Amino acid sequence: MQDLKQLYQAVLDGNAKLSKSVTEAAIAEGVDPQKLVTEFMIPAMDEAGRRYECGDFFVPELLIAARAMKASLEIIRPLLTAQGTQPVGRVVIGTVKGDLHDIGKNLVAAMLEGGGFEVNDLGVDVAPEKFAAAAREKNATIVALSALLTTTMPSMKATVEALKAAGVRNHVKIMIGGAPVTQKYADEIGADGYSESAASAVTLARRLMAA
Amino acid sequence: MTATQSNPMHSLIEKLIRQGPVLTDGAWGTQLQQLGLASGDCPDLWNLTHPDRVEKVARAYVEAGSRVILTNTFGANRIRLDAHQAGERVAEINRAGVAISKRAAGARALVFASLGPSGKMLMAGDVSAAALRETFGIQANAMAEAGADAIVVETMSDLEEAKIAVEAARTTGLPVVACMVFDSGKDKDRTMMGVTPEKAAAALAEVGADVIGSNCGQGIAGFVKVCERLRQGTDRPLWIKANAGLPEMVAGNITYRTTPEQFADYLPALIKAGANFIGGCCGTSPAFIKAVKSRL
Repeated sequence: MQDLKQLYQAVLDGNAKLSKSVTEAAIAEGVDPQKLVTEFMIPAMDEAGRRYECGDFFVPELLIAARAMKASLEIIRPLLTAQGTQPVGRVVIGTVKGDLHDIGKNLVAAMLEGGGFEVNDLGVDVAPEKFAAAAREKNATIVALSALLTTTMPSMKATVEALKAAGVRNHVKIMIGGAPVTQKYADEIGADGYSESAASAVTLARRLMAA
Repeated sequence: MTATQSNPMHSLIEKLIRQGPVLTDGAWGTQLQQLGLASGDCPDLWNLTHPDRVEKVARAYVEAGSRVILTNTFGANRIRLDAHQAGERVAEINRAGVAISKRAAGARALVFASLGPSGKMLMAGDVSAAALRETFGIQANAMAEAGADAIVVETMSDLEEAKIAVEAARTTGLPVVACMVFDSGKDKDRTMMGVTPEKAAAALAEVGADVIGSNCGQGIAGFVKVCERLRQGTDRPLWIKANAGLPEMVAGNITYRTTPEQFADYLPALIKAGANFIGGCCGTSPAFIKAVKSRL
């Protein structure tokens, strides 16, 4: 029998090789793949996020943890799809129009994926209409918007408007983030939530799904 | 712990700081926005399309008392310019940027050319070390050809990328300033990647940076401690450029709360902490430089 606690530790330590081999062995032994995700991998990513929040982890530790999680997910995802298991939520994410910065957005995408969400990354400089079309097409439950520049923050507002115009606003929760963004700004433009960091974005996304 | 100095202080730097702290300039991006740079526009391209407005920013800093001004070339590397379909114009944009600042400076100020990060993350595999080396090398050479007095590697979040940029800049033979952003961790005393000021300073000195420092990321209050800790890691001259606080949206307008006078209040503490070059980053303006000058 595989010691599944090893999977938790491998993801937390960012040991992709070990995470993959434990996953493969566990599946060969007939362990439910969903159990691997919800009982070991997601808790490991949550712990990584918690350590990031309190300043024990920094971006490199988050990145390697997410990479280890991804290595295991690549094995598990086809099995979950075959079982008809639904993800926690479906996210459409991107950096808003006029803004070419992708580091923060990529981190949030990796953390959400680590949190069990299906993530559709639209990239950078994404037009409001493109967010609306993708939200509809992917049947998204969350639309996540990123901006690094103060000058591109108004594109967030335009995207909220575009989601309304396309008639998808009421089917999705909108969350926003990025260096200049604040809770106050989220309230001002009618977004559902603001997150200060990549790790707290996962907590926020779960809270919005439960709301 | 103080690192041993591997090479003597560059004569240009030595001459500059001999008489005490040197006043540098303030923000460019926020100033260009006030002159009409729109959201999503590439600021660096303005060196070709609106040289008169770029020169206006440079001239305002010289007139405010800056003894060192930077250039409008922060994002003029091939990786960033490619995103604006201007990747083929790297040399042209950098040469124009240096020429504009030199015209504004005349004999009154020196021109230190600004070289910013690629915007891609090495560790995530978004870009290779070799590609960064080549990209920064091309940019630094164009700056040197145009007659820059020094190169400022600035706003770096990743020490590895900063080291590559310093090495590339050093091949020009110009003095190199290297500064990182400390905006992470509980006390805002780490880079995004978790590196402390002590460690960053020692590592940047080791790859041959002539001046070491920090810019952007937080308001000036946090820079006193960062400066003291950079001093722990190196005996090289130190460079500090703080923001005017963090931006806030007030009634739909982007506002920085710190006033020039509040900013200048920190001058004695920064000098005591070891700062040799002092200026401002995002949200600061010629008024901030004037306020600091009046206290020097």
